[in-house]
Amino acid sequence: MQMRNIELMVGGFMIMGIIALVLMAFRVSGLSPEAGGETYTIKARFENLGGLTDRAKVSLAGVTIGRVTRITLDDEWYAAVVEMEIDESMTTLPIDTSASILTAGLLGEKYIGLSVGAEMDYLADGDWVQDTQSAIVLEELISRFLFSKAEG
Amino acid sequence: MINFVRQLGQTGVASIQSIGRAGMMFAQSVTWGGPGSAGFGDLIRQIHSVGVRSLSIIIVAGFFVGMVLALQGYTILVKFGSVSALGTMVSLTLLRELGPVLAALLFAGRAGSALTAEIGLMKATEQLSAMEMMGVDPLKRVITPRLWAGLISVPILALLFSTVGIWGGAFVAVDMLGMYDGAYWGNMANTVNFYDDVIKGLIKAVVFGLVVTWIAVYQGYDSVPTSEGIGKATTQTVVLSSLAVLGLDFILTAVMLGGI
Repeated sequence: MQMRNIELMVGGFMIMGIIALVLMAFRVSGLSPEAGGETYTIKARFENLGGLTDRAKVSLAGVTIGRVTRITLDDEWYAAVVEMEIDESMTTLPIDTSASILTAGLLGEKYIGLSVGAEMDYLADGDWVQDTQSAIVLEELISRFLFSKAEG
Repeated sequence: MINFVRQLGQTGVASIQSIGRAGMMFAQSVTWGGPGSAGFGDLIRQIHSVGVRSLSIIIVAGFFVGMVLALQGYTILVKFGSVSALGTMVSLTLLRELGPVLAALLFAGRAGSALTAEIGLMKATEQLSAMEMMGVDPLKRVITPRLWAGLISVPILALLFSTVGIWGGAFVAVDMLGMYDGAYWGNMANTVNFYDDVIKGLIKAVVFGLVVTWIAVYQGYDSVPTSEGIGKATTQTVVLSSLAVLGLDFILTAVMLGGI
């Protein structure tokens, strides 16, 4: 076979490999191009994360507007600190916005749901969300229910 | 009884010797350069013969494996009402395990055996000795480009296998079983991690490519130069490299997951 044809085919093979890698990165593993969206970071303190992980969604009214970027433990408050980046297009979150950890479906993944407040001032980069609600842990719910039954 | 022990010892010594020869061959042939060394054009030609020509089997196999994974996964997950995890299941299975392993096994059958037969025949027709007579190192001339071609081709083939498989799974899940495609792709994108899943799968594929090609060229180079010997060497290539891939897969997974 002509060397030229072989070179063409090997070149095509390599390009297919690169396309596959790009598809894997952006379509399958959901890496979003960093330059694509400007973001700002807000923080919240939760008593119990109940299985929330990095890269979990942050949503408002069911629409994803950001992601969890970092989870640390605050050793003064004995609480979890969640840092989340919010898309720059959503800069008008009032400062009394509340955050709660919710579950998608019965067995689905954990995500953070924001519900807006009524203040006129907006959250800026690095601000804390004051009003938070921890994840609902099924075992706690059940034990509370059982205890109340036993007492009543 | 004595004879049996003697035979056992002989086999043991012979296999250790053969591992030593394989190691020496690898050390001498992994680098480029030297008298009459192969050039870049030879590498391209070898990538064509081991990589590009394995493309059809990899793509067809990947598509069917992805489809069957989606079908099996759907029937199991639907019982637990968590069909939305199907995309995650298919993509993680392919990226972490089946992509690298099946691509390497198919590569061993399709390209590894051909490499062994080719080099074995070169030896039988005394082309390798002829090269030595001309002052050309057959290791650098014949083995080096083949070793590198395998090393480069297998990761690409594994990646294509996984890609085609994931789209094959989407075809069954979304188009045939009527699953909501946002759930298939969205949950996948949330769960699959680029470094932990894609890159670690690729590292596996690189190791498998190296081991399979190494076994194939060594078996050819070390074969008894008769028609029977070449046949035996070809069989050995497929058997040994399949076992090596499956064994190494466990070790690599254990190391990467850090469970052991």
